[in-house]
Amino acid sequence: MAQIIVVTSGKGGVGKTTSSAAIATGLALKGHKTVVIDFDIGLRNLDLIMGCERRVVYDFVNVINGEANLNQALIKDKRCDKLFVLPASQTRDKDALTKEGVGKVLEDLSKDFDYILCDSPAGIETGAMMALYFADTAIVTTNPEVSSVRDSDRILGMLQSRSRRAEQSLEPVKEYLLLTRYAPTRVKTGEMLSVEDVQEILAIPLLGVIPESQSVLKASNSGVPVIVDQQSDAGQAYADAVARLLGEDVPLRFVAEEKKGLLKRIFGS
Amino acid sequence: MSLLDYFRSTKKSNTAATAKERLQIIVAHQRSQRGDPDYLPLMKQEIIEVIRKYVHVDEDQVSVALDQNDDNLSVLELNITLPER
Repeated sequence: MAQIIVVTSGKGGVGKTTSSAAIATGLALKGHKTVVIDFDIGLRNLDLIMGCERRVVYDFVNVINGEANLNQALIKDKRCDKLFVLPASQTRDKDALTKEGVGKVLEDLSKDFDYILCDSPAGIETGAMMALYFADTAIVTTNPEVSSVRDSDRILGMLQSRSRRAEQSLEPVKEYLLLTRYAPTRVKTGEMLSVEDVQEILAIPLLGVIPESQSVLKASNSGVPVIVDQQSDAGQAYADAVARLLGEDVPLRFVAEEKKGLLKRIFGS
Repeated sequence: MSLLDYFRSTKKSNTAATAKERLQIIVAHQRSQRGDPDYLPLMKQEIIEVIRKYVHVDEDQVSVALDQNDDNLSVLELNITLPER
Protein backbone atom coordinates (compact mmCIF):
# COMPACT_ATOMS: atom_id res chain seq x y z
CA MET A 1 0.00 0.00 0.00
CA ALA A 2 1.29 3.39 -0.96
CA GLN A 3 1.43 6.32 1.37
CA ILE A 4 -0.63 9.23 0.02
CA ILE A 5 0.87 12.64 0.67
CA VAL A 6 -0.84 15.92 -0.20
CA VAL A 7 1.18 19.08 -0.70
CA THR A 8 -1.24 21.86 0.12
CA SER A 9 -1.37 25.46 1.38
CA GLY A 10 -4.63 27.27 0.72
CA LYS A 11 -2.82 30.31 -0.62
CA GLY A 12 -1.36 30.34 -4.12
CA GLY A 13 2.21 31.02 -5.09
CA VAL A 14 3.81 29.76 -1.89
CA GLY A 15 5.69 26.90 -3.53
CA LYS A 16 3.37 23.88 -3.64
CA THR A 17 4.38 22.72 -7.10
CA THR A 18 8.08 23.44 -6.51
CA SER A 19 7.87 21.45 -3.29
CA SER A 20 5.85 18.60 -4.82
CA ALA A 21 8.39 18.22 -7.63
CA ALA A 22 11.34 18.41 -5.25
CA ILE A 23 9.97 16.01 -2.63
CA ALA A 24 8.73 13.48 -5.19
CA THR A 25 12.13 13.50 -6.88
CA GLY A 26 13.87 13.22 -3.51
CA LEU A 27 11.79 10.18 -2.51
CA ALA A 28 12.46 8.52 -5.87
CA LEU A 29 16.19 9.24 -5.67
CA LYS A 30 16.17 7.46 -2.31
CA GLY A 31 14.85 4.37 -4.06
CA HIS A 32 11.11 4.66 -3.41
CA LYS A 33 8.79 4.23 -6.35
CA THR A 34 6.94 7.54 -6.47
CA VAL A 35 4.22 9.16 -8.55
CA VAL A 36 3.36 12.84 -8.38
CA ILE A 37 -0.11 13.93 -9.51
CA ASP A 38 -1.10 17.42 -10.62
CA PHE A 39 -4.57 18.23 -9.22
CA ASP A 40 -4.69 21.72 -10.73
CA ILE A 41 -7.16 20.90 -13.48
CA GLY A 42 -7.21 23.56 -16.18
CA LEU A 43 -3.96 25.17 -14.99
CA ARG A 44 -1.40 22.41 -15.18
CA ASN A 45 2.16 23.39 -14.32
CA LEU A 46 3.78 20.46 -12.58
CA ASP A 47 4.81 19.09 -16.01
CA LEU A 48 6.79 22.29 -16.65
CA ILE A 49 8.52 22.20 -13.28
CA MET A 50 9.37 18.52 -13.82
CA GLY A 51 10.55 19.23 -17.37
CA CYS A 52 8.21 16.78 -19.10
CA GLU A 53 5.74 19.22 -20.69
CA ARG A 54 6.41 18.00 -24.22
CA ARG A 55 5.72 14.40 -23.36
CA VAL A 56 2.16 14.87 -22.09
CA VAL A 57 -0.29 12.81 -24.15
CA TYR A 58 -3.00 11.71 -21.76
CA ASP A 59 -3.86 13.22 -18.40
CA PHE A 60 -5.49 12.58 -15.02
CA VAL A 61 -9.02 13.36 -16.26
CA ASN A 62 -8.60 11.02 -19.26
CA VAL A 63 -7.77 8.23 -16.81
CA ILE A 64 -10.73 9.05 -14.55
CA ASN A 65 -13.08 9.04 -17.55
CA GLY A 66 -11.65 5.78 -18.86
CA GLU A 67 -10.34 7.38 -22.06
CA ALA A 68 -6.82 6.19 -21.30
CA ASN A 69 -5.30 3.74 -18.87
CA LEU A 70 -2.75 4.62 -16.24
CA ASN A 71 0.21 3.22 -18.20
CA GLN A 72 -0.65 5.50 -21.11
CA ALA A 73 -0.97 8.59 -18.96
CA LEU A 74 1.97 8.16 -16.57
CA ILE A 75 5.13 9.94 -17.72
CA LYS A 76 8.39 8.35 -16.65
CA ASP A 77 10.97 10.84 -15.43
CA LYS A 78 14.09 11.26 -17.58
CA ARG A 79 16.46 11.39 -14.65
CA CYS A 80 15.08 8.78 -12.30
CA ASP A 81 13.39 5.54 -13.30
CA LYS A 82 11.47 5.28 -10.03
CA LEU A 83 9.64 8.56 -10.63
CA PHE A 84 6.43 9.13 -12.60
CA VAL A 85 4.26 12.17 -13.29
CA LEU A 86 0.51 12.17 -13.83
CA PRO A 87 -0.28 15.53 -15.44
CA ALA A 88 -3.47 17.54 -14.98
CA SER A 89 -5.87 18.16 -17.81
CA GLN A 90 -5.49 21.55 -19.45
CA THR A 91 -8.98 21.88 -20.88
CA ARG A 92 -11.64 20.55 -18.54
CA ASP A 93 -13.03 22.28 -15.54
CA LYS A 94 -12.36 21.31 -11.95
CA ASP A 95 -15.63 19.42 -11.56
CA ALA A 96 -14.16 16.67 -13.72
CA LEU A 97 -12.68 15.37 -10.46
CA THR A 98 -15.07 13.18 -8.49
CA LYS A 99 -14.45 11.39 -5.23
CA GLU A 100 -15.14 8.03 -6.87
CA GLY A 101 -12.95 8.74 -9.89
CA VAL A 102 -10.01 10.06 -7.90
CA GLY A 103 -10.38 7.28 -5.33
CA LYS A 104 -10.25 4.62 -8.02
CA VAL A 105 -7.09 6.06 -9.64
CA LEU A 106 -5.35 6.36 -6.25
CA GLU A 107 -6.34 2.81 -5.38
CA ASP A 108 -4.88 1.50 -8.65
CA LEU A 109 -1.67 3.51 -8.16
CA SER A 110 -1.43 2.24 -4.57
CA LYS A 111 -0.79 -1.29 -5.79
CA ASP A 112 2.28 -0.24 -7.70
CA PHE A 113 3.86 2.68 -5.87
CA ASP A 114 5.41 3.39 -2.47
CA TYR A 115 4.48 7.07 -2.42
CA ILE A 116 1.73 9.05 -4.14
CA LEU A 117 2.20 12.82 -3.99
CA CYS A 118 -0.82 15.00 -4.67
CA ASP A 119 0.08 18.52 -5.80
CA SER A 120 -2.94 20.54 -4.70
CA PRO A 121 -4.20 23.65 -6.47
CA ALA A 122 -4.60 26.84 -4.44
CA GLY A 123 -7.92 27.66 -2.82
CA ILE A 124 -10.53 25.43 -1.19
CA GLU A 125 -12.52 24.45 -4.28
CA THR A 126 -13.10 20.93 -5.62
CA GLY A 127 -9.54 20.39 -6.89
CA ALA A 128 -7.98 21.25 -3.54
CA MET A 129 -10.54 19.22 -1.58
CA MET A 130 -9.99 16.19 -3.84
CA ALA A 131 -6.22 16.47 -3.42
CA LEU A 132 -6.46 16.38 0.37
CA TYR A 133 -9.40 14.00 0.77
CA PHE A 134 -7.50 10.71 0.48
CA ALA A 135 -4.29 11.87 2.18
CA ASP A 136 -2.46 9.95 4.91
CA THR A 137 0.03 12.78 5.33
CA ALA A 138 -0.23 16.49 4.56
CA ILE A 139 2.65 18.82 3.86
CA VAL A 140 1.35 22.31 4.53
CA THR A 141 3.51 24.67 2.51
CA THR A 142 3.64 28.09 4.15
CA ASN A 143 5.47 31.37 3.60
CA PRO A 144 6.44 33.41 6.68
CA GLU A 145 3.77 35.98 5.86
CA VAL A 146 0.34 36.73 7.38
CA SER A 147 -1.99 35.67 4.56
CA SER A 148 -0.16 32.42 3.95
CA VAL A 149 -0.14 31.45 7.63
CA ARG A 150 -3.84 32.22 8.00
CA ASP A 151 -4.73 30.18 4.92
CA SER A 152 -2.58 27.30 6.15
CA ASP A 153 -4.59 27.28 9.35
CA ARG A 154 -7.80 27.13 7.30
CA ILE A 155 -6.43 24.15 5.38
CA LEU A 156 -5.52 22.42 8.65
CA GLY A 157 -9.16 22.84 9.66
CA MET A 158 -10.23 21.20 6.38
CA LEU A 159 -7.83 18.30 6.90
CA GLN A 160 -9.33 17.74 10.33
CA SER A 161 -12.95 17.84 9.19
CA ARG A 162 -13.25 17.13 5.46
CA SER A 163 -10.65 14.44 4.77
CA ARG A 164 -11.48 10.78 4.35
CA ARG A 165 -9.68 10.00 7.60
CA ALA A 166 -11.79 12.59 9.43
CA GLU A 167 -15.06 11.44 7.86
CA GLN A 168 -14.41 7.79 8.64
CA SER A 169 -13.02 8.55 12.14
CA LEU A 170 -9.70 6.91 11.29
CA GLU A 171 -6.35 7.96 12.66
CA PRO A 172 -6.07 11.67 11.68
CA VAL A 173 -4.00 12.89 8.74
CA LYS A 174 -0.37 13.50 9.77
CA GLU A 175 0.27 17.21 9.30
CA TYR A 176 3.67 18.75 8.67
CA LEU A 177 4.76 22.33 8.20
CA LEU A 178 7.08 23.17 5.31
CA LEU A 179 8.21 26.77 5.60
CA THR A 180 9.34 28.13 2.24
CA ARG A 181 10.93 31.36 1.00
CA TYR A 182 12.55 31.91 4.36
CA ALA A 183 14.96 34.83 4.68
CA PRO A 184 17.01 34.59 7.90
CA THR A 185 18.42 38.10 7.46
CA ARG A 186 14.96 39.64 7.43
CA VAL A 187 13.93 37.51 10.41
CA LYS A 188 16.89 38.88 12.32
CA THR A 189 15.90 42.48 11.61
CA GLY A 190 12.34 41.80 12.73
CA GLU A 191 10.84 42.12 9.25
CA MET A 192 9.78 38.51 8.86
CA LEU A 193 8.03 35.94 11.04
CA SER A 194 10.53 33.38 12.36
CA VAL A 195 10.24 29.58 12.13
CA GLU A 196 9.38 29.55 15.82
CA ASP A 197 6.63 32.15 15.34
CA VAL A 198 4.94 30.21 12.55
CA GLN A 199 5.29 26.93 14.41
CA GLU A 200 3.79 28.45 17.54
CA ILE A 201 0.76 29.72 15.60
CA LEU A 202 0.09 26.62 13.51
CA ALA A 203 1.20 24.12 16.18
CA ILE A 204 2.21 21.29 13.85
CA PRO A 205 5.58 19.52 13.53
CA LEU A 206 8.16 21.06 11.22
CA LEU A 207 9.24 19.11 8.14
CA GLY A 208 11.70 21.66 6.85
CA VAL A 209 12.65 25.24 6.15
CA ILE A 210 13.50 26.15 2.56
CA PRO A 211 15.48 29.36 2.26
CA GLU A 212 14.53 32.02 -0.29
CA SER A 213 16.91 31.10 -3.06
CA GLN A 214 17.78 32.09 -6.61
CA SER A 215 18.30 28.43 -7.40
CA VAL A 216 14.51 27.83 -7.35
CA LEU A 217 13.88 30.11 -10.34
CA LYS A 218 16.90 28.72 -12.15
CA ALA A 219 15.60 25.19 -11.59
CA SER A 220 12.10 25.99 -12.87
CA ASN A 221 13.57 27.83 -15.89
CA SER A 222 15.29 24.65 -16.93
CA GLY A 223 12.60 22.18 -15.85
CA VAL A 224 14.77 20.39 -13.31
CA PRO A 225 13.40 19.94 -9.77
CA VAL A 226 15.53 22.08 -7.45
CA ILE A 227 16.44 19.09 -5.27
CA VAL A 228 18.58 17.77 -8.14
CA ASP A 229 20.86 20.81 -7.68
CA GLN A 230 22.62 19.63 -4.55
CA GLN A 231 25.03 22.59 -4.67
CA SER A 232 22.15 24.94 -3.91
CA ASP A 233 20.87 25.79 -0.44
CA ALA A 234 17.24 25.15 -1.43
CA GLY A 235 18.16 21.79 -2.96
CA GLN A 236 19.93 20.71 0.21
CA ALA A 237 17.07 21.96 2.38
CA TYR A 238 14.59 19.86 0.35
CA ALA A 239 16.86 16.82 0.68
CA ASP A 240 16.79 17.33 4.46
CA ALA A 241 12.98 17.58 4.39
CA VAL A 242 12.72 14.32 2.43
CA ALA A 243 15.01 12.61 4.95
CA ARG A 244 12.76 13.82 7.80
CA LEU A 245 9.69 12.60 5.94
CA LEU A 246 11.33 9.16 5.88
CA GLY A 247 11.85 9.33 9.63
CA GLU A 248 15.49 10.40 9.75
CA ASP A 249 16.60 12.89 12.36
CA VAL A 250 18.30 15.72 10.50
CA PRO A 251 19.28 19.04 12.08
CA LEU A 252 17.80 22.25 10.62
CA ARG A 253 19.99 24.22 8.24
CA PHE A 254 19.72 27.62 6.57
CA VAL A 255 17.72 29.17 9.40
CA ALA A 256 20.49 31.41 10.70
CA GLU A 257 21.91 34.40 8.91
CA GLU A 258 24.76 33.51 6.60
CA LYS A 259 27.98 35.08 7.82
CA LYS A 260 29.39 37.31 5.12
CA GLY A 261 33.10 37.47 4.61
CA LEU A 262 34.90 40.79 4.29
CA LEU A 263 35.05 40.58 0.50
CA LYS A 264 31.34 39.83 0.26
CA ARG A 265 30.60 42.77 2.53
CA ILE A 266 32.48 45.09 0.23
CA PHE A 267 31.51 43.75 -3.17
CA GLY A 268 28.12 42.27 -2.32
CA SER A 269 26.98 38.75 -3.04
CA MET B 1 22.84 50.00 2.60
CA SER B 2 24.47 53.18 3.76
CA LEU B 3 25.94 53.69 7.20
CA LEU B 4 23.03 55.96 8.04
CA ASP B 5 20.50 53.23 7.21
CA TYR B 6 22.33 50.90 9.52
CA PHE B 7 21.62 53.13 12.50
CA ARG B 8 18.09 53.84 11.33
CA SER B 9 17.17 50.20 11.01
CA THR B 10 17.61 49.61 14.72
CA LYS B 11 14.91 52.16 15.45
CA LYS B 12 12.41 50.66 13.04
CA SER B 13 9.49 48.94 14.67
CA ASN B 14 9.46 45.17 14.66
CA THR B 15 6.74 44.37 12.11
CA ALA B 16 7.18 40.61 12.52
CA ALA B 17 5.96 40.95 16.12
CA THR B 18 2.88 42.83 14.90
CA ALA B 19 2.24 40.12 12.32
CA LYS B 20 2.48 37.41 14.95
CA GLU B 21 0.06 39.20 17.27
CA ARG B 22 -2.49 39.76 14.51
CA LEU B 23 -2.20 36.15 13.38
CA GLN B 24 -2.68 34.77 16.87
CA ILE B 25 -5.95 36.66 17.19
CA ILE B 26 -7.35 35.79 13.78
CA VAL B 27 -6.29 32.16 13.99
CA ALA B 28 -7.91 31.76 17.41
CA HIS B 29 -11.12 33.25 15.99
CA GLN B 30 -10.91 30.98 12.95
CA ARG B 31 -10.44 27.90 15.13
CA SER B 32 -13.43 28.75 17.31
CA GLN B 33 -15.57 28.50 14.17
CA ARG B 34 -14.01 25.26 12.98
CA GLY B 35 -16.60 22.59 12.40
CA ASP B 36 -19.45 25.08 12.33
CA PRO B 37 -21.81 24.36 9.45
CA ASP B 38 -21.56 26.69 6.46
CA TYR B 39 -25.09 28.01 6.98
CA LEU B 40 -24.40 29.33 10.48
CA PRO B 41 -23.34 32.93 9.62
CA LEU B 42 -26.37 33.45 7.36
CA MET B 43 -28.74 31.87 9.89
CA LYS B 44 -27.35 34.13 12.59
CA GLN B 45 -27.93 37.13 10.37
CA GLU B 46 -31.53 36.15 9.68
CA ILE B 47 -32.26 35.50 13.36
CA ILE B 48 -31.01 39.01 14.14
CA GLU B 49 -33.23 40.46 11.40
CA VAL B 50 -36.29 38.76 12.88
CA ILE B 51 -35.55 40.01 16.37
CA ARG B 52 -35.01 43.50 15.03
CA LYS B 53 -38.54 43.56 13.70
CA TYR B 54 -39.70 43.73 17.30
CA VAL B 55 -36.88 45.09 19.44
CA HIS B 56 -33.81 47.06 18.63
CA VAL B 57 -30.70 45.04 19.31
CA ASP B 58 -27.13 45.49 18.18
CA GLU B 59 -25.37 42.71 16.38
CA ASP B 60 -22.81 42.25 19.14
CA GLN B 61 -25.60 41.66 21.67
CA VAL B 62 -26.56 38.46 19.95
CA SER B 63 -24.44 35.37 20.25
CA VAL B 64 -25.15 32.19 18.37
CA ALA B 65 -23.11 29.11 19.14
CA LEU B 66 -23.44 25.56 18.00
CA ASP B 67 -22.13 22.94 20.39
CA GLN B 68 -21.57 19.38 19.40
CA ASN B 69 -21.96 17.52 22.68
CA ASP B 70 -21.60 14.04 21.29
CA ASP B 71 -22.19 12.28 18.02
CA ASN B 72 -25.96 12.44 18.18
CA LEU B 73 -26.63 15.72 19.94
CA SER B 74 -25.92 19.27 18.83
CA VAL B 75 -27.13 22.25 20.81
CA LEU B 76 -27.82 25.61 19.22
CA GLU B 77 -27.36 28.22 21.86
CA LEU B 78 -28.87 31.64 21.31
CA ASN B 79 -28.06 34.45 23.68
CA ILE B 80 -29.69 37.84 23.21
CA THR B 81 -29.23 40.79 25.48
CA LEU B 82 -32.34 42.93 25.23
CA PRO B 83 -32.01 46.68 25.76
CA GLU B 84 -33.21 48.18 29.04
CA ARG B 85 -36.60 49.77 28.93
